[in-house]
Amino acid sequence: MADLSINCAGIKSPNPFWLASAPPSNSAYQNCKAFEEGWGGTVWKTIGEPVMNVCNRYGGLDYNGQKLMGLNNIELISDRDIAVNLKEMAETKKMWPDRAVIASLMVESDRQVWHDIVKRTVDTGVDGIELNYGCPHGMSERGMGSAVGQVPEYCQMITEWVTEVSTIPVLVKLTPNIGNIQGPARAAKKGGAHGISLINTINSIMGVNLDTFETFPSVEGKGGHGGLAGPIVKPIALNLLSQVAIDKEVNLPISGIGGISNWRDAAEFILLGANSVQVCTAVMHYGFRIIKDMTEGLSNWMDEKGFTSLDQVRGKALHRIDDFGNLNLLFKSVARIDQKKCIHCNLCYIACNDGAHQCIDLSQENGVSKTVVREEDCVGCDLCSIVCPVENCIEMVRIDDGAQHKTWNSLMSDFKAQNESLSWEKLREFQKKHGIEIH
Amino acid sequence: MQNIAPKLTHEQYEKNFAEIKPALSPAAAIAEANRCLYCYDSPCTKACPTHIDIPAFIKKIATRNMKGSAKTILESNWVALTCAKACPVAVLCEGACVFNAKSEPPIEIGLLQRYAMDEYFSSGMPALFTKAPAAGKSVGIIGSGPAGLACAAELALHGVEAIIYEAKDIPGGLDTWGIAPYKVRKEDSLKEVGLIESLGVTIKTGIKIGTNLQVDELLSKHDALFLGIGLGESHELAIEGENTPGVIGALQFIADVKREDWQNVVVGKRVAVIGAGNTAIDAATEARRLGAEQVLIVYRRSQHEMPAYGFEFDLAKTDGVQFYFLSAPVKVLGTESVTGLKCIKMELGEPDKQGRRSPKPVPGSEFILELDMVIKSIGQQTNAAFLQQLQDVVIESGKVVVDDVTYQTGNPKIFAGGDCINGGKEVVNAAYDGKRAALGIIQFLLG
Repeated sequence: MADLSINCAGIKSPNPFWLASAPPSNSAYQNCKAFEEGWGGTVWKTIGEPVMNVCNRYGGLDYNGQKLMGLNNIELISDRDIAVNLKEMAETKKMWPDRAVIASLMVESDRQVWHDIVKRTVDTGVDGIELNYGCPHGMSERGMGSAVGQVPEYCQMITEWVTEVSTIPVLVKLTPNIGNIQGPARAAKKGGAHGISLINTINSIMGVNLDTFETFPSVEGKGGHGGLAGPIVKPIALNLLSQVAIDKEVNLPISGIGGISNWRDAAEFILLGANSVQVCTAVMHYGFRIIKDMTEGLSNWMDEKGFTSLDQVRGKALHRIDDFGNLNLLFKSVARIDQKKCIHCNLCYIACNDGAHQCIDLSQENGVSKTVVREEDCVGCDLCSIVCPVENCIEMVRIDDGAQHKTWNSLMSDFKAQNESLSWEKLREFQKKHGIEIH
Repeated sequence: MQNIAPKLTHEQYEKNFAEIKPALSPAAAIAEANRCLYCYDSPCTKACPTHIDIPAFIKKIATRNMKGSAKTILESNWVALTCAKACPVAVLCEGACVFNAKSEPPIEIGLLQRYAMDEYFSSGMPALFTKAPAAGKSVGIIGSGPAGLACAAELALHGVEAIIYEAKDIPGGLDTWGIAPYKVRKEDSLKEVGLIESLGVTIKTGIKIGTNLQVDELLSKHDALFLGIGLGESHELAIEGENTPGVIGALQFIADVKREDWQNVVVGKRVAVIGAGNTAIDAATEARRLGAEQVLIVYRRSQHEMPAYGFEFDLAKTDGVQFYFLSAPVKVLGTESVTGLKCIKMELGEPDKQGRRSPKPVPGSEFILELDMVIKSIGQQTNAAFLQQLQDVVIESGKVVVDDVTYQTGNPKIFAGGDCINGGKEVVNAAYDGKRAALGIIQFLLG
C-alpha cells in the first residue's frame, strides 16, 4: 500500500485531500464529519471581516443532462463570528491531532488588524494559515480577496504583515482572474509565504433565464459575477498550477485546487506539482463520502505504477510542460480508423470535414457507411479521435521516423544565422524540404 | 357461440389494454435525447422508411426546441404519432442505432418521437408549415388510412385541393381500426386526422365508392385520384365449415376491439387464431386480454418461417398464447357454432421460390382442438371487385402496379400507395407512399 501522507510547507496530513475553504468547511460539525469520513485536512472557511449573505448564492451549470459541470457562488466568507470559528478550530484540532486544520483569513488591509487575527489564529493550535487573496465577488469590491491577489505589491505587503507575526506555515491562495499568475506567486514568495494555494474561483455569470431574462444566481431578479468552480475549471487550474510549479523564482509547495472531483483529477494535479489538493464542489454535490474512493483509488493507482510515496509522483509530468516554440515541428502523426471497431456514426467525418482539414472520406459499402482517412492530407490534429465515441477506434499513429527534430525556436535561430528573416517563402522552403504540404 | 369468455371488470379491461410502452417523462426524454450521439448521415434515418432526420429531431428535444422537433418529424411523416407507437422500431430505426454495435442499448427513438408528437398535440398543434397559394387543382383520395392522409396533407401544403372519401364512419383507416389498443388508441389516430384536416383537407366519411358514389363521378370531379384503399377482407381458409358462426376475420375482430367497448366484443372461451403474422399475434393477444381462457395460434410452418416479429412472438408468449406450429386446419367443427377445429400435422419440404420451405401434410396425423372461436389471419385479399372498376389500373399478384417514383398507375389520372400496392406492410411504409405519391401527382398536375 502506497503511503499517501504529505507534508505541504510544514503542514502534515495522512492523505493529500483537504477540504477547500468553502461552505463544506464552514463549521466544526462539518469538518469533524469530514475527518470521520477520512479527509486528510481542512482549510476552514475564511474568517474575518463582518459580512452578510444574500439568497440565492449558487448557480449551477449543467451540460447535456450532466449536473454541475460548473458551480458558481456569490457566498461571502464566514458569516459567523471570528471568536466562534476560532474556538471551534481549536476544539477540532484537539480532537483530530493527525489531521491538518488550516485557518483561512481575510481582513481589511491594515497591518495591525492582520497582526491581531494572525496571533489569535496561531493561539488556537491550528497547523497553518491560508491567506484568501482570491474571492472574486463581494469581498473584492471592499478591497479584499482578489483585489489583493490581482496586485502583486499588495500581495507581498500583506503576506509580509502575516509572516512577520505567524509562527505557523502560511499559504497564499491566488486568484485565477489575472493575466500572469506568476506575478502574485512571486510576490507571495517575497512576502515570506511558505506555500501557494491555487486556484480560487473564476469570475463568471452562469446563464440567463430565457423566460424572465434573470441572470444566475439571481437575488430578487438581480445578480452579477460570481466565482466559478467545479469540473469545468480543472483545465484552467492545471495550467495555472503548472505555471507556478515550473517557476524557479517561486519554488514553493503548492496546494492544488480547481475542479478536483475524484482521485484521477487529484493524481493529475500531483503530477503537475501539487502537494496537497483541495476539494469543494464535488463535496457540495455528493457529500464527504467521496473521500473513500479518492484515497483508495489514488493508492491503488500508485501501487499499479510502483509508487510508494507521493514524493515520487509529485511533478512527474512537469518536464513535459514547455513553450510552443520548443515543440517539434517535424513530429508527424496521422489518424487511423479501426474499421472493425467503427460503429458508423460518421462523427469523425463531419468533424474533419466541417471543423478541420477535410481528410476523411465517407463512402458507402454494402449500404453501410465507411470512413477512411486520406493519410497524405491528414494534419494529425486529433479532432477525429477526440469526437469518436468508441474507445481506441481512431488511433493517432506516428509516421515520421523520429530522426528529424526542428522546433520553431531553432528554426528562427537558423534563419537568423543565415541572415534571413521569417517570410512565407522561407517557411514554405523549409516545409518542402521536409515533405510537408499545406492544403 | 358455444362458450363465451367471462366478462371482466371495466378496470381489468383498461388494465389489459393499457399501453405496454408508457411515455417518457420530460426529464427522461431530455436525458435520452442527450444520450444520442447525433450521428452524421445516420443509420437510423436510413432505416426509417420515411427517412425522418432522427438525430435532428432528437437534438431539438435536448435543447427544448419542441416545435422544431415536431416540424422535423412531420416534414417526413404525417402520421408520426401512430408510427412512434406502432412501428417495429427494433427492426427499423432502433435496430440500426449505432449503440447496438457498441453493445449499448439503442436510443429510444420511438419513445422520443412519441414525446415530440405528444408535446406538439398537447400544445395545441401550432402551425408549422406555410401552404402554397391555391393551384386550382383538385385530387380525390379514396381511403383515409395513413397513405391517404399523408397524400392529402402533402397536396394541401402544395395548394392542391384534397378531398378524402372514407367508407367508415370514423376516419384513419388501419391507424384507427387495425392496431392493437395497447399500442395505439383510436384517439391517437384521430389527433393525426385532426392535424391533416387543419391543413385544409376535407374528409367525407360514410362514402363507399362504387356504392353511394361512382368512380366516374370522382374522375370527372377531380383532376387526379389517389387510391389508399388498403386491402380487403381476411383471406378465406378454404376449408369445410368456414361459415360456421364463431369464425371471424382477424381485421374484423381487431376493429371490433378498437371500438374500445370491451364488454360488448364477443370472444370465445377457447380461441384459435390461424396464421402467425403480426396481425395474428395482435388478434391472439387481444383475445387473451378480453378474457379468453385459452388462445392458440395454429400455423402450418415452423417458428423459423413465422412472419411475426420476434418481439411480437415474445409478447404473445408472455400473454400465455400457445403455439401449434406445423399444424394446418382441415375442418371447422360444429353446426350451430364452432365446437372445434380439425387439424393435421405438417412437415417442411423443399424451399419454394421465395426460399421458404413449403409444408406438406403428414398422412394420418389429424387431431382435434376443442374451441369456441376461430380467427382467420392468413393475410388479406385484394379489393379486386373495386379495382376492376378502374380502367387501365393493372393488378399483379394482388397488388396495384405503380411507377416506382411517381406512384402513377396504368391510368395516368390514378395514383396509388400503401397496402394496396405493397400487399400489406407497416403504417410507416404507407405514410411514405402517400407523401411520395402526392409529389408524383403534383408533378403530373403542375409540371
